[in-house]
Amino acid sequence: MNRRTRFHKRLLRAEPSFRILAKLWRISWLYVLLIGALAGVGYITLYSAGGGMPYPFAMPQAIRFAIGLVLMICVALLPPRILAMAAAPVYGLSLVLLVAVLHMGHVGKGAERWLMIGGIQVQPSEFAKIALVLALAAWFSRISYARMANPLWLVPPALMVLVPVALVLKEPNLGTAVIIGGVGASLFFAAGMRLWLIGLLALPVPYALKLAYSHLHDYQRARITTFMNPESDPLGAGYNIIQSKIALGSGGMWGQGYLHGSQGQLNFLPEKQTDFIFTMIAEEWGFVGAAVVLALLLLLILGGMTMAICSRNRFGRLVALGISMNFFFYCLVNLSMVMGAIPVGGVPLPLVSYGGSAMLNVMLGFGLLLSTWVHRNSHFGENLTRPDA
Amino acid sequence: MRLTRRKRENPRLMPLRAQKDPGRGVFTRRALLFMAVQVGAIGELAHRLYGLQINDGDHYARMAASNRISKRLLAPPRGRIVDRFGLPLASNKENWRALLMPEETTDVAGTIERFSAIIPLDERDRSRIAREMRHQRRFVPVMLRDFLSWDEMARIELNAPSLPGVLIDVGTRRVYPDGELMAHIVGYVAPPNEQDVAHSTLLSLPGMRVGRAGIEQNQDEQLRGTAGSVEMEVNAVGRVMSELNRVEGMPGDEVSLTLDRGLQQKVLNHIGDQTASAVVLDCHNGEVLAMVSTPSFDPSLFDSGVSHAQWIEWTNNQHTPLINKAVAGVYPPGSTFKPAVAMAALQARSVSPTDRVFCPGYLDVGGTRFHCWSRWGHGSVDMHDALKYSCDVYFYEIARRVGMDRIAQTANQFGLGVPLDIELPHTRDGLIPTPAWRKAHHHHWNGGDTIVSGIGQGFVQVTPLQLATYTARIATGRAVSPHLIRAVNGTVGEKASPDHWPALDIPDPHLKVIRDGMFAVVNEPHGTAPKARLDLPDMLMAGKTGSAQVRHVSRALRESGHFNSASLPWEYRPHALFICFAPYDAPRYAAAVVIEHGNTGAEAAAPLARDIMRDALLRDPSNRTTPPPESVADAGPTIE
Repeated sequence: MNRRTRFHKRLLRAEPSFRILAKLWRISWLYVLLIGALAGVGYITLYSAGGGMPYPFAMPQAIRFAIGLVLMICVALLPPRILAMAAAPVYGLSLVLLVAVLHMGHVGKGAERWLMIGGIQVQPSEFAKIALVLALAAWFSRISYARMANPLWLVPPALMVLVPVALVLKEPNLGTAVIIGGVGASLFFAAGMRLWLIGLLALPVPYALKLAYSHLHDYQRARITTFMNPESDPLGAGYNIIQSKIALGSGGMWGQGYLHGSQGQLNFLPEKQTDFIFTMIAEEWGFVGAAVVLALLLLLILGGMTMAICSRNRFGRLVALGISMNFFFYCLVNLSMVMGAIPVGGVPLPLVSYGGSAMLNVMLGFGLLLSTWVHRNSHFGENLTRPDA
Repeated sequence: MRLTRRKRENPRLMPLRAQKDPGRGVFTRRALLFMAVQVGAIGELAHRLYGLQINDGDHYARMAASNRISKRLLAPPRGRIVDRFGLPLASNKENWRALLMPEETTDVAGTIERFSAIIPLDERDRSRIAREMRHQRRFVPVMLRDFLSWDEMARIELNAPSLPGVLIDVGTRRVYPDGELMAHIVGYVAPPNEQDVAHSTLLSLPGMRVGRAGIEQNQDEQLRGTAGSVEMEVNAVGRVMSELNRVEGMPGDEVSLTLDRGLQQKVLNHIGDQTASAVVLDCHNGEVLAMVSTPSFDPSLFDSGVSHAQWIEWTNNQHTPLINKAVAGVYPPGSTFKPAVAMAALQARSVSPTDRVFCPGYLDVGGTRFHCWSRWGHGSVDMHDALKYSCDVYFYEIARRVGMDRIAQTANQFGLGVPLDIELPHTRDGLIPTPAWRKAHHHHWNGGDTIVSGIGQGFVQVTPLQLATYTARIATGRAVSPHLIRAVNGTVGEKASPDHWPALDIPDPHLKVIRDGMFAVVNEPHGTAPKARLDLPDMLMAGKTGSAQVRHVSRALRESGHFNSASLPWEYRPHALFICFAPYDAPRYAAAVVIEHGNTGAEAAAPLARDIMRDALLRDPSNRTTPPPESVADAGPTIE
């Protein structure tokens, strides 16, 4: 027990109204610093994407980040009990939003549906990921590890995953659907799903994939075929991949220089401020800059995973793991996409890409993550509650 | 608060830690597995990035540069064509065009409709606009109409508010200030066809033209110039962001012709509406001072495309307006060939100038009677008289004596029937027939063929330019060749110097006999062309008439005494020819005139040649560096 822990325990004992302060103290400010650093990278890059001006991208994004930061810290102070209680209504709300967006959402570029709520763009599919993590964590922490052996107990959570996946696919947003599915699957795995069951379920996967491909939209199939051979249609569907790779490649070791990336500044890069923002970083700052960003992302992911492992309650562990995996999948899909490793899909780079809805959802996720860290010693859900947690 | 229920495991039998938190160990192991996967995945991404940025970096950097930089050629202005005094014969004029920038109007179709209400657009324009509109990006302007007049531009400007996106810019068009006067020599330009473009990328630039006739075609490469280039930074949609580098092209060379525009105009005026051609040469260096072929055509019609009806009209016209008769029209030289026959005889030493031949009005050879043009004959004539009277029998006789091969040799030496190195496309070489030529065409050469060739009939065919060259060579005894290009970019070519031209291998006394004979034609009593006598003081001209039959005249018709070629239909009348040089004592100018179906050289061609020569002497372009003012040119000769 180090000095820091001792200090805050004394603080808690001294006066219950210091609990909030104590919790603030327990927030991993190093982690917040990493988040801030990544957001800073985002600001700098959006400044360049805006043609060397704070508007139209960098400044609004900074304001959103500030709001997100407050939101994150507020969420971080919520105890797991409340979070678990909120899981069901939040999940329900996310389903309602997903259904609503199908019927009255605005469509951008064939995917990425959003709702206008009070003048704010809301992307329900982003929110659904957070909601799903909460809901699954609540479910898995309620049933014991032992019950994970019974497949019947896994049917409700499987439905909890499949319903939003189906709704998001219908939007249709393949990238986000894959991420939601991936996050759900990793929670199943981490919660202790038995290996024999996993093996059994993995058998029909190839057939399912084949079936899925036949139900893809034309533009989604075009992405897959052009991914296989981007040069087949250099000005059409393959354009994004080719230009993105040119931008990355022309960055070289040290980059073309800040505000001097020709691909980005001359608009050869498609959606440079959103999906392809990493390409701008790599073009202007070179391999060195891109590697720094990769390291930052990896630190955030591993930090989140560490928080998950350190949590003493099942709910917190699963929430932290779900959020970290979500963040990881986010980064993986986006980075693979811009490097031409997987077909393009509308997945932004968290915290860096321009976009309010994604930013707030990511900060909400980090709030949940920090909450599990703050309450890591809570024995919530174990029938052995300790008064001081 | 009970959130879990355990049935299978008795909590009391389990270790406290596992009991408190079953599955945590599994979770930790599996989370660590995830972390390993995460590190691996991000590592793989970094590795991939390294491959893209470092290993293939150069490749992609080049691709980025070619993305960014758009190189465009700049069309060079076409070189001017000027006459010997620098007066423009072909130049470039601003071509005002109305363009439509599709991205600057919300209603493209409506804008075009409103535009066509102001400036009518025909079907061809409309389909071209629609085609360009489909193929081009929205910020690339589409040409609506070119060759706008001031009046049309004013109307567009006036209606500018209702024509969003319509703008006016300026290109160049080729203009021919003298139109028909120079059409055959200067030629014309037309838009390049696909083969031209395949040959030279320069021609793919908008506004580039290719010479299709005359000097424009012959000197196309010189006139075209070299393209400049401009490197521009463009953005993804191709809009120009900045100009990086500009290399100006070289405008085409300015080609100065040997022609005197003023003389050309006077020659054309003298010809009037006859179908004729005339060539005036400088005897000393072969410079073509005037070359006229009538009728002519308007070369500017070709710049924007000739209508089908116009083309049919031109090609079906029996007066062949598109053909430059001076170089591509071939005619039997008729009596104008006689000096060449005489020269051949002198060269062959088969006849002496004083040898006399008796002309009874006909010559019987091998059972065939060859008539002299004079029914009564000329009596006993020597060479001088034979040239003066143009006695056919004399030349039948000496042609028979000399033989066709020697006649052809001398004629070729004087430029008849051989290619002349004139800077024009589509020239013809004419023909001086020989037994060998006849044999090559699987025919036997008859003695009669030689005899009729002696008076420039039969198979003999020459161009007016060859006749003028032949005259110039007689006048100076130098092997001058006609040429049209005097200077390129102000540098006068070596052909302008008389010393460039070697002497013909012909003794002066022989030439003098011929010249004297030609002098007699014009100036002595009973010469065939008294009408060609100059009315200038101290200026005398030598010449030779020619009337070339285009149809066999039957003996019956001839002996009926009612033979009058002037009563024949136009296309059966003989051609009228005249060749001349002046001043007789110091030859400077040589001319040849051919009037198609003009009947007789003496009546039709000689006066025309006289008028032309008079103007040539008065203007005296060869001794001037600036064109004479009209009043001075008419005042009197400048050479003494």
